[in-house]
Amino acid sequence: MTQEFLLQLSLAVLLLPLLSFVVIIFFGRRLPRQGDLFGTAILGVDLLASLTILFSKLNFFNDVVPNFTFTWVDFHTLVPSATKMADFPLKLDIGIMIDNVTAVMLVVVTLISFLVHVFSTVYMHDDIRYSRYYAYLSFFSFSMLGIVLANNFWLIYVFWELVGISSYLLIGHWYEKKSAADAGKKAFIVNRVGDLGMFIGIMIVWANFHTMTFDGIFSAIAAGQIPFQSDAWMTAAGILIFCGAIGKSAQFPLHVWLPDAMEGPTPVSALIHAATMVAAGVYLVARVFPMFTADALTFIAYIGAITAFMAATIAIAQNDIKKVLAYSTVSQLGYMVMGLGVGAYTAGFFHLATHAAFKAGLFLASGSVIYAMHGALHHQNDHHTDAQDIRNMGGLKKKMPVTFWAFVMFTLAISGVPLTSGFLSKDQILAGTLAFSDLTGHTLIPILGFGAAALTAFYMFRLVILTFLGEHKDPTRLEHLHESPKPMIIPLIVLASLSFFVFYSFNPLTPADGWFYHAIERPVTVVPASLASASSEVFEEAMHHEHTTAMYLSLTVASLGILFAFLTYYWKKISADAFASALAPVHKFLLNKWYFDELYHATAVAGTIGFSRLLAWFDNTFIDGIVNGTARWTLALTLGVKKNWEVEDHAKGMVEDHAKGMVEDHAKGMEGKREAMAYLFFAALLSVYVGWAAGNAALSGAGIGIAIGKGILGLIVAGGTFFLLHAGVGGFDNKVVDGTVNLTAYLAGFFGLMLRKVQTGRIQSYILFVLIGVMVLFFLFKL
Amino acid sequence: MHVTLTHYLIASAILFSFGLFAVMARRNAIMVLMGIELILNSANINFIAFAHYGGMHLDGQMAAIFVIILAACEAAVALAIVLNIYQQFNTVNVDEVDTLKD
Amino acid sequence: MTPDTTLQLTDYLFYFFALLAILSGGVVVFSRNIVHSAFSLMFTLFAVAGLYVLLNADFLAVTQILVYVGGILVLILFGVMLTNKIVDVQIKTGNIHILPASIITAIIAGTLCGVFTLTDWFVVPDAGAPVAKSTASHIGEALITNYVLPFEVASVVLLVAMIGAAMIARREKKK
Repeated sequence: MTQEFLLQLSLAVLLLPLLSFVVIIFFGRRLPRQGDLFGTAILGVDLLASLTILFSKLNFFNDVVPNFTFTWVDFHTLVPSATKMADFPLKLDIGIMIDNVTAVMLVVVTLISFLVHVFSTVYMHDDIRYSRYYAYLSFFSFSMLGIVLANNFWLIYVFWELVGISSYLLIGHWYEKKSAADAGKKAFIVNRVGDLGMFIGIMIVWANFHTMTFDGIFSAIAAGQIPFQSDAWMTAAGILIFCGAIGKSAQFPLHVWLPDAMEGPTPVSALIHAATMVAAGVYLVARVFPMFTADALTFIAYIGAITAFMAATIAIAQNDIKKVLAYSTVSQLGYMVMGLGVGAYTAGFFHLATHAAFKAGLFLASGSVIYAMHGALHHQNDHHTDAQDIRNMGGLKKKMPVTFWAFVMFTLAISGVPLTSGFLSKDQILAGTLAFSDLTGHTLIPILGFGAAALTAFYMFRLVILTFLGEHKDPTRLEHLHESPKPMIIPLIVLASLSFFVFYSFNPLTPADGWFYHAIERPVTVVPASLASASSEVFEEAMHHEHTTAMYLSLTVASLGILFAFLTYYWKKISADAFASALAPVHKFLLNKWYFDELYHATAVAGTIGFSRLLAWFDNTFIDGIVNGTARWTLALTLGVKKNWEVEDHAKGMVEDHAKGMVEDHAKGMEGKREAMAYLFFAALLSVYVGWAAGNAALSGAGIGIAIGKGILGLIVAGGTFFLLHAGVGGFDNKVVDGTVNLTAYLAGFFGLMLRKVQTGRIQSYILFVLIGVMVLFFLFKL
Repeated sequence: MHVTLTHYLIASAILFSFGLFAVMARRNAIMVLMGIELILNSANINFIAFAHYGGMHLDGQMAAIFVIILAACEAAVALAIVLNIYQQFNTVNVDEVDTLKD
Repeated sequence: MTPDTTLQLTDYLFYFFALLAILSGGVVVFSRNIVHSAFSLMFTLFAVAGLYVLLNADFLAVTQILVYVGGILVLILFGVMLTNKIVDVQIKTGNIHILPASIITAIIAGTLCGVFTLTDWFVVPDAGAPVAKSTASHIGEALITNYVLPFEVASVVLLVAMIGAAMIARREKKK
C-alpha cells in the first residue's frame, strides 16, 4: 500500500457518490426499486473504502500526509507580457489531502450516509419522489466528501456551496408544503450571510498569499507574512472565515435556519442537519485552526458558548420531537465550536465524531417513532393529530422496545453519563473550558458550558420520559402501533453500540489513552507568538490539572438535570405547568425561541423590504416622473404649436376669403377689428411721416412745392409698403419659405430615389459592392 | 516542384475564391452556407500552414480548432434560420427574401 | 545549400489532396444541382483533412472529419432535403449577377495568389518535414491550461448556438 493508492482510493470514495447521483437522477425511474439499492450499495462500498483508508492511514502513514496538488488554471501564461503580473501569479492550485482528521471524517460521513440510505429504504418508501430523494442523498454525500478531502480554500468553498444546495433541495423535498419550501429558502439565504463573510476572509488570504492551499497559506504565515502587515487583519481574516462556520454550523446569530430545516424528511435531518453538514463548520475551524490568532479563538469560544447555552434553554420549551433534537444539535455544535475555540482541539473534534453517531441515532430513532405514529394514526383515519408532537405520545416503550433502548442509549451519551462516548468527549471539552478560564480569566465560558450540560440532561430526559415512559392518555390510540421494520432498527442498533466508550478508548474515564487521541493532535499554530493563544503544552498541563474537577462537576450537573427531569415529568413531584406559569415571561421567551425570528423579521427582513419599497418609490416617482414629465411636456408643447397653426390657417383662410369678396359678417367681427387696428396704425405712421417730411422741408427753408412733393413721395412709399405688406407677406411665405422647404424635400426624394436604385435589397449585391470597395482600397494603398 | 508554404497558401486562396463566388453569386441560401464553409476551411489551411512552417506549432492549430467550433455553431444557427425562412417565404433563394427593402 | 528537387511521397500526396480539394470545390460552387454540390463538399472536406495531416495536424484532421463531414455536412444535407421540392425540378439553383461576381472573384483570386507568391514569408528552416508525433495530447494540455478561457467561452457559445438553433427552427403553431 502506497500513498498513491491511498489518494486514488480517496478519489474513488469522492467520485462514487457522484456516479450514483448521475445514474439515479437520469435512470432512477427505470432502475429496479427506483435505484435505492444502487445508491445504498455505492455508499456501502464507500464506507468500506473509507474504513480501509482510516485503518491504513493510522497504521502505516500516521506521520505523513498524502497530498495531491495540481495547477488547475494558470492565468499567468495567458498574459506573458504583463509585467504587473510578475509578482502576482494568477495561478490556482487545487488538490486533495488525507491527514488523520480527514480519514476520521471520511468514515463518519460515509457511515452515517450509508445508515441513512438503509433507513430511508423503508421510511421514504411511499414517497412520490423516491428516486430523486436518493439522487440528492448521493449528491450530498459527494459534496460533503469533497469538503472533507479538499486541501485548499477554493475547493472547500465550491463543495461548501454544493452541500448548501443539496441541503436546500432536501429540506424542500416536500415542496408542495409551503412551510417546507420556505424552510429551504430560509436555510439557503441565512447560509449565504455566513458564506459572504467566509468569502471575504478567503479573498483576504488570497490577496495576501496568492495561494489557496492550506499548506501554502500556513507556511506563508509561519514565515512571518501577515495580511496587510497588520495583526488586526490576521484576526479579521480568521473571524471572517469562521463566519462560514457560523452559518453552516448554525452558530449563535445565524442558528435560526436549522430548526426550520426539520421540515425535511427525518433521515435527511439525521444525515445533513445533525451529523455531517452542520459539522462542516466545525471541521472548517479544525482545518484552518493553525491560522487563528488568540483573539479570533476567544471570539470563536464565546460564540460557541453562547450558542450552546441559548439553544439548550430553547430546547426545554419545545414540544415537537424534532424541534427539541434540532435545538439540541445547535447546542452540541456550540459545544464543539467552544471546544475548538478554547484550544481543546482534540476534544472538540472528538465531540464531532461521537455526536455524529448519537445525534444521527437520535434523529433516526425519532424517525422510527414518527413513522410508527403515522402508521397508527393513519390506521385510525386520523389525519389531524401531529405525529411529531410529544404531547400526543407516551408509553411507547412497550410497543417499540428496540427504538426505546436505542433512544435511551443515545440520550445517556448526549447527557454525558459515564461509560458512553458522549461522556468522554463532553468531559474533555468542559475540562478545556475550565483550563481556558484558568489561563485567560474568561470565567463566563465554563459557566455557560456547565449550564448547557445540565440543561441538556434535563431536556433530553424530558423527551425520553414524555415519549416512551408513563402511560398514554388514551391507550386505544396506540393499538396499531408497532415496532418499525428491520431496515430502520438495524441502523439504530449500530449507532447505539457506537455510543459506547469502547470504540474510542478502553478507559471509560478519559479518552486520552485511546486511538482517537493519538491520531488527532492539536496542530501547531503558525501565527506569530505575540498573537498566538496558549501553546499546546501549557494548555494540556492546565487541562490535566482541571480534569478531575471537570469530571465531578459535569457528573453533578448531569445528574441534577436528570433528577429534575424525573421529578418533573415522571414522578410529577414538581408541576411543569405550575413552574411554567410561575415563570411565565421566561417560559414565553423560551417558547418563542428568544424571539430571534421576530428580531430578524423586524430588522433584516423588514429592512430589506423597506429598502425595496424605497427603491420602488424612487423608481415610480423620480424615474417614471422624469419619463412621464418629458412625455407630458412634449405633448403640451405639441398641442400649443398646433393651436398656433390653427390660428394661422384660420387667418390665412380669412385673407383669401377677403380677396374673393366673400366676407362673412361674423368673420368681419374679429378680423375687422384687427384690420381696423392695422389701418389705424398705418394711418398714424403715414401722418407722422407726412408731418415730418413737411416740417423738415419747411424748416430747411425749401419751397412749399418741394414739401408737397416730398409728402406725395412719402405717401407713395408708405402706401406701397402697406400694399406690399398687406398682399405680399402671404406671397413671400408661399413662394420663398415654402419653396425652400419643398426644394429640400424634393432634393432628398431625388437623391433617395437615386440611392434606392443601388439598394436592390439583395444581400449578395451588397457583398459584391463591399468586395469591390475592398479591392479598390487594397490597390489604392498598395500603389 | 517541392512543396513549400506557398503551395498551401495558393491552394487555400483558390478554395477561398470559390467560396467567395458561391457567397456572392449563388441564389440558394444553402449554397451560400457551403461557400462560407469553404472560406472557413481555406482560412484553417492558412492557420495550420503558417503554424507548421513558422514554427509556432500549436497556436495555429488551436485557432483552427476554435474556427471549427464556431463553424459548427454557425452552421446550426444558419440552417435553423434557413428552415425558418423556408417556412415563412416558401423559398430559400436569398434574393427573393427582401421584405425589409419595402 | 542546394534545394532537394526530387519529389517525395508527401509532395505527391499534397498535390493529390490539393487538386482533389480544388476540383471538388469547383464542383461545389459551379454545379447546378444542389445535391451534387453537397456531396462534392464532402470530398473537399476530406481533402482538406488530408492537407491537415500533411501539415502535422493529425488531431485537427480527425476533428475536421468528425465535425465537418459527420456534423455540418449532414446538417447541410438535411437543410437541402427539407427546403427543396425534390419531386419538382426546383432542386436546380440559379445564379445572380454572375458577370460582376466572376470578375471580382477573379481579381481577388489573382491578388491573393500574387501576394502569396511575392511575399517573402518567414519560415523556420527545418519546418517542412512532417514529424511522426501525435499532437492530440499537446492540444488537450493546451486546452486546459493556456486556452482554458477561450475553451470555456467556446463551450458557452456552443450551448447558446444549440438553444438558439432549436428556438429559431421551432415550428410556430398555426393559429
